[in-house]
Amino acid sequence: MKPVKYSKYNESENQVTDEKIYRDRRQVLKSLGFVGASSILAPYAHGIDWFSSNKKTFETSPLKYQAASSIADTLTPEAKVISHNNFYEFGTAKNDPAENAQSFKVDPWTLEISGECEKPITLNYDDLFTTFDLQERIYRFRCVEAWSMVIPWIGFQLSELLKKVQPTSRAKYVAFETLFDPQQMPGQKSRRIGGGIDYPYVEGLRIDEAQNPLTLLSVGLYGKTLPPQNGAPIRLVVPWKYGFKSIKSIVKIKLVEKMPPTTWNILAPNEYGFYANVNPQVDHPRWSQASERRITTGGLLARNRVATLPFNGYGEQVAHLYKSMDLRKFY
Amino acid sequence: MSNQHKIWLLKLIIHLFSMGLISLTYFNALNDNLGADPVEAVLHFTGIGAINLLLLSLVISPLVRQWKLSWLMQVRRLLGLYAFFYALCHVLSFWAFEIQFNVSLFFEEIIERPYITVGLVSFMLLMALAITSWSKIKRKMGKSWQKLHNWVYLAITLAVIHFYWSVKSDLTEPLIYFIILVVLLSFRKNKFIRK
Ligand code: HEM
Repeated sequence: MKPVKYSKYNESENQVTDEKIYRDRRQVLKSLGFVGASSILAPYAHGIDWFSSNKKTFETSPLKYQAASSIADTLTPEAKVISHNNFYEFGTAKNDPAENAQSFKVDPWTLEISGECEKPITLNYDDLFTTFDLQERIYRFRCVEAWSMVIPWIGFQLSELLKKVQPTSRAKYVAFETLFDPQQMPGQKSRRIGGGIDYPYVEGLRIDEAQNPLTLLSVGLYGKTLPPQNGAPIRLVVPWKYGFKSIKSIVKIKLVEKMPPTTWNILAPNEYGFYANVNPQVDHPRWSQASERRITTGGLLARNRVATLPFNGYGEQVAHLYKSMDLRKFY
Repeated sequence: MSNQHKIWLLKLIIHLFSMGLISLTYFNALNDNLGADPVEAVLHFTGIGAINLLLLSLVISPLVRQWKLSWLMQVRRLLGLYAFFYALCHVLSFWAFEIQFNVSLFFEEIIERPYITVGLVSFMLLMALAITSWSKIKRKMGKSWQKLHNWVYLAITLAVIHFYWSVKSDLTEPLIYFIILVVLLSFRKNKFIRK
């Protein structure tokens, strides 16, 4: 893989158009009633969309940040990063969030940081972008479903936020919570659309994981604020853990003493643990985690299967956190 | 329209529909125009397509019995063969594009993942049915042909189980298929009870 300069990807007009084409093509298949039973009943509704396909898309705005210099991995094109998402609050198919989240309101927003800390604070929408200096981080992102992307995130270290609120000695874990707003999130209104999950989505980290310099609170990607399907206005990014740990559209961060409950662990404890570190040695009960398909460019013929690395290749920075732990038991 | 014409027309529609959709899907997937992950899209399309076609083929004989449309019987084999063709594309796509020709990983997956094992059994059954659907073989087999082809009920049931099992959490769609399957099988309850 050749190193890629970030600037090459900065102009994204084409990519946005690409994305529309992707969606339209999928729409064609759906219209023909072959992708899923539910869509068999809806060819007419899709037909209507199809001719007036000027649905409003969410507007992102450019950010000021310190750019990452260059990287060794090929980036996943922006059009793919923003059209292939697991965000069940907006539907369970990968393209559902991009289709259903475009009218999501992110401003005003409040992010409350509380619990076991000296100086709890509440950040409003503008604070998310101005309280800390923003920097770009290009991370590999590995989904538990054995696909991965390489994404230029923009954000700040969670550790900076924690420093600001001053955790007490009782703060052993950090708990996160996604917005609960069934009016805006169809998956929270209907169990069918939301994949049978009990919302709000919750996640958690051990405090030392949260303080690791790699752990990012992201407010943007590809130079601009996050689109809603990627977790606007603020989301977590923990690059050495499976993607479901990187909780989206966060409204609450709480420092706590006991290990907090986490959504996928509640749903299927034998399949998803609290730690969820990327680990090629520990398979998901239904599929292998030894390798993954890296989503970049190229269609069906792209030879994109690569070996999965322990801690998603970030072992040097994080392996010490788990030194005396049996990672087969604490998956 | 004479029955011969109706058969001819319906067959034409089945050919155009089945070949058209799958060609369009692979064409777009090859050109990276099928969402961010064309491999997943192709697996879903061919998997669901195979099940849809199998279910369609199972609708035929209840329709024939109910409405005395005996000419419809003539298109059942074509639907069954297309179902097998879609399943074949599904399995080959899994091997070529998902596993990417890694033979040991392929066998590992088949052995270690129960949902894939179930898919494979379903696929082998469909293959046996497809091969023996040839008229010459059918005639040679006589009565045992019907016996063999009754295995289609197991094949479709396993396929729906495989579908159900492959899903992470949203079980609505496979459940809808289960219900359709149960309804179709209930038309044939005599067949299961007699033995
Ligand atoms: C050796 C045989 C088979 C293998 C290796 C196989 C493999 C797979 C895999 C890996 C998936 C998951 C795709 C994903 O979610 O990304 C899948 C899903 C599926 N397969 Fe198969 N399969 C086999 C046989 C069959 C057969 C015979 C049928 C139908 C007659 C079938 C129908 C389906 C369906 C309907 C899905 C679900 C698609 C969706 O979630 O939209 N499979 N299969």
